[in-house]
Amino acid sequence: MMLRLAPVLIVILLVAPILGGLTMALLPALGYLPALGGESLSLDPWRALFAEPGIWRSVAVSLASGLIATAVSLAVVLLYLAAATGSRLDRWIRRLVSPLLSIPHAAAAFGLAFLIAPSGLIARLASPGLTGWERPPDLLITQDPWGLSLIAGLVIKEIPFLLLMSLAALPQLDPERRVAMARSLGYRPTLAWWKVVAPSLYPLIRLPVFAVIAYASSVVDVAMILGPTLPPTLAVSILSWFSDPDLDMRFMASAGAILQLGVTVTALAIWWGLERLVARLMGGWIARGGRCQGETGLHVAGKLWILLVTVTAFVGIAGLAIHSVAGFWRFPAALPESFTSAHWVRALPSLAGPIASTALIALVSTLLALALALAALENEQRTGRHPSRALWLLYLPLIVPQIAFLFGLVVMMEQLGTRPTHALVIFGHLLFVLPYVFLSLSEAYRRFDPRWSRLALTLGASHNGAFWRVRLPMLLAPILTALAVGLAVSIGQYLPTQLLGAGRITTVTTEAVSLASGGNRRVIGVWALVQACLPLAGFIIAIGLPRLLWSNRRAMQGVP
Amino acid sequence: MNATHRLELRDICIQLGDQVLVELDAEIGPGEVLTVMGPSGSGKSTLLAYLAGFLAPEFRARGRVLLDGQDIGSLPAEKRGMGLLFQDPLLFPHLSVAGNLRFGLPRSVGDKVPRVEDALAQINLSGFGDRDPATLSGGQKARVALMRLLLSAPCAVLLDEPFSKLDTHLRHEIRRLVFDRLRAAGLPSLLVTHDREDADDAGGRVIEL
Repeated sequence: MMLRLAPVLIVILLVAPILGGLTMALLPALGYLPALGGESLSLDPWRALFAEPGIWRSVAVSLASGLIATAVSLAVVLLYLAAATGSRLDRWIRRLVSPLLSIPHAAAAFGLAFLIAPSGLIARLASPGLTGWERPPDLLITQDPWGLSLIAGLVIKEIPFLLLMSLAALPQLDPERRVAMARSLGYRPTLAWWKVVAPSLYPLIRLPVFAVIAYASSVVDVAMILGPTLPPTLAVSILSWFSDPDLDMRFMASAGAILQLGVTVTALAIWWGLERLVARLMGGWIARGGRCQGETGLHVAGKLWILLVTVTAFVGIAGLAIHSVAGFWRFPAALPESFTSAHWVRALPSLAGPIASTALIALVSTLLALALALAALENEQRTGRHPSRALWLLYLPLIVPQIAFLFGLVVMMEQLGTRPTHALVIFGHLLFVLPYVFLSLSEAYRRFDPRWSRLALTLGASHNGAFWRVRLPMLLAPILTALAVGLAVSIGQYLPTQLLGAGRITTVTTEAVSLASGGNRRVIGVWALVQACLPLAGFIIAIGLPRLLWSNRRAMQGVP
Repeated sequence: MNATHRLELRDICIQLGDQVLVELDAEIGPGEVLTVMGPSGSGKSTLLAYLAGFLAPEFRARGRVLLDGQDIGSLPAEKRGMGLLFQDPLLFPHLSVAGNLRFGLPRSVGDKVPRVEDALAQINLSGFGDRDPATLSGGQKARVALMRLLLSAPCAVLLDEPFSKLDTHLRHEIRRLVFDRLRAAGLPSLLVTHDREDADDAGGRVIEL
């Protein structure tokens, strides 16, 4: 039966390309790639790699930005959850978290760049009144050598991800009762949350945290926009070696891909050590039994930081919009002197193709992922078995750095003589869309009251009938949300499109990122805004369609 | 609907590990109600899950379940002809009241509209067909759930404390309606409950677990 195969198929689909890709990156890294004349094993690629100027600095920036971005994001999320749960800010943030998550990394990075650049919105608002600047200062704020703006860009995008994962995990901990219990023992609310909820929450969001570390330490598109340039981060360097017309550079790039894997593994290992340390410190702090000390600071920080990040993200997007219609705009002026639709009119003809391409890839990969996820979850329900342990493998594509295995996949495809097609890119996207679709759907699917299906069966419906007539319509809202998440993930993908499409398949994202080096902010504004708006369409449908369909069904409203 | 059915439970024994949860040997004739009483955790729900075909894999069961002489122990849930009435009415929230009743009708039934109309009239809910089930009162929901069960033409009925969540003043009325209907349809029924009054109203034999 097809359903039985679904979990197996998912595992093969996720594991095989990663293992294959890593192998095909490892072999050229050791000098073996007959197609390019590498007939015997050697360490030359590694010697070339380590002779590359600034390579250790690249490694250090990748490692540090990955760890720091993760630590800051996690801290902001936990601080916020401790301080704001149940407040008005909380309701507001919860509503914004999905749209925030749907903004592609590249668009958010451009938004931040336009905000903090020397001639960006913040400098304009503060000049000349506060700063005295009459012309943009000669400062390297974005693309700073320390990777600080890169870290800031990552933090903006990883906070909504970790927040959503935490919000999904929290209900099973019953935080309200735990906090109420601690408060009755004299603990202030925020401290109570830190001491009785946070230690149980962390194990539940550990895999997502690892995914963030892996992503942040190996990201390409954000690093191309906000990261340092001389030298760039390791992942960006690898991509540029790989795209080098000199094919011999491939060997060094492969060695770089394996080094990137090592960097990410090192980052995970360091994090693991930090976990031990923090657990010990927290243990001591909890055991001391302080009930009030430090509460105010934690409380204020919890609300302030999340507010700052949210506002930055949205102002960044607004900045994109302003730039896309800006006419003449002298430096210290906060707003352009004139507005024009010229940039849009000029971009429109070239937008259509990439938008169609983006939509095709996103829709097909998401629908495939949805079908697989539904089949696996339905199989789980019918056989009555507990979720398979193998499903942690879902996180594999999120924890192995994209560049390390995609790279080998391309080498493999070239060996097989496969031409870059939409199908290949769709397959590449599926690797990253499937985990998110599955994770977003599984919660609702497993929580669904089994009595509904039993009832349908005792009324004579078949298993398939129960699925199509009961489970599917009753779970419409979470299914549409999973679809929207999948679309957003696919739309935001840069590296799989760029590598598997061999630069010949362009989506809105690859176009927007390739504009980064050009520095024409008006054009970037247009493309990045389009990129940011596409995923929103999915979320609007996901929220609107169930309301429309179930307008006359009270019990279907507000079903998660 | 007036065909007569007989449910025989032969040397049923359900175990969890080495612990015996339920042992039962009984026969339920047409229109009879057998009440199984016991406190929570006594294995009542496990017995129902076993008879309906939903027993979780960690349990082991022996014995034979004969419905009209046929052993249904190995049939899947949807082919057993066992109707089930839950604690909650469980009207499908995405369907209208009529849609819920239509869900109960077997596919082979031809003209469904008059059947549904007729069924609504029998439970004094004529004209409620297009209503959202969420807007019905507790008693109305219970009546629709009962009628949906009867329309599916089961050969035997399992009742899982179906009255425990009703208001006291409704409980007696709905109980009478359910038992009268089941009796009139000639269906053998098995009721599990922890409420002595349920057993009294059911009027049949009582087995304590």
